[in-house]
Amino acid sequence: MSPTIILDIGFMAMLVVVAFAIVRLRSLFAIVMLQGVYSLVSAAWFVSLDAVDVAFTEAAVGAGVSTVLMLAAMLLADRESRPVPMSQQIGPLVIVVLAGLAMFYALGDMPAYGDAHSPANAYVGMDYIELTQKDTPHIPNVVTTVLASYRGYDTFGEAVVIFSAGLGVLLLLGLNGNAGKWRAQPNGTRIAAAPAPAARKRPMPKDAPKPTSKPKTVSTTKAKAKSKKGGKS
Amino acid sequence: MTPHVILRVVSKFLIPLIAIFAFYVQFHGDFGPGGGFQAGVILAASVILYALIFGLDAAKKALPPSWVRIGMMLGVIVYGGTGVATWLVGGNFLEYGAFTPEHPDHGIHLGILAVEVGVLLAVASVMVAIFYAFGSRQPDLTDEDW
Repeated sequence: MSPTIILDIGFMAMLVVVAFAIVRLRSLFAIVMLQGVYSLVSAAWFVSLDAVDVAFTEAAVGAGVSTVLMLAAMLLADRESRPVPMSQQIGPLVIVVLAGLAMFYALGDMPAYGDAHSPANAYVGMDYIELTQKDTPHIPNVVTTVLASYRGYDTFGEAVVIFSAGLGVLLLLGLNGNAGKWRAQPNGTRIAAAPAPAARKRPMPKDAPKPTSKPKTVSTTKAKAKSKKGGKS
Repeated sequence: MTPHVILRVVSKFLIPLIAIFAFYVQFHGDFGPGGGFQAGVILAASVILYALIFGLDAAKKALPPSWVRIGMMLGVIVYGGTGVATWLVGGNFLEYGAFTPEHPDHGIHLGILAVEVGVLLAVASVMVAIFYAFGSRQPDLTDEDW
């Protein structure tokens, strides 16, 4: 058995251990940290599989930024997850076991590890490697040319997806948030206290330009309220 | 003075190196692993580390939210604009070879560089923006709050 195979098996064993720890733990802080560990171990595993580009992305995005974002999201919520009763865990367990069995069943059709004639290595991949050497002799990295040139449309789509993800978060939360005026209660239940600043900054009905029919209704409702008040008193 | 002296000193050394590493990843992507996405995330990570150690307000002074907002849009515009530029010189959308018809490989090189700059801007700004958005929701935590 070659040393890299032993290394791969070691990494996969570590992934399984970390996954079990994540499932068993109740402290969300520890879970987020272990998710970072999971990403880091899988990045190391990708390096051992010679997929350096993927490993790079996994280490930067998975272990770095997504851990921080999960921590930031956790700040707004509880610090501990509520235990799930056993009766609600049976359904997911059945689904997971069935999916796992299906994967083992499908394992027979997978190409052998490192097979040079596997579909991933045989058709388009070889074409791209040959084309890159012909088209762009200055750019030896095939991944870059595929990503930015041959599949330029895809990457444009990805950039737009990232942009719209950021836009969605900004529309929901606002870039400056409402720090200081709004306080989460980490282990309590109340999350929102005061309205968001955007809601408070809305001009009052008196200052706002209104359609002609609106003042009438306002005044009538006011009058009604007044009459009600008067009647009561 | 907050107690995290070691963290502050070490991160002050590290943050410039992380930022430089991001640009190395960006411009060395032609030859080795890396490119706009990874570089953008690393650049954002340097800002986020700064915000985690020195506080969100200091980070917002160093990299104002308005820059982040503009950077997000600029990234997509640079990418799409490269495609429009290829139209203007007579090629298809994102057909970089049209920039230099005599030597298409030079044009492709230029086009990839421009496009990767767009990806870097978009990814780095969006990551920082999301962090700002979440982090600004409540005042800075003290150590006891954890």
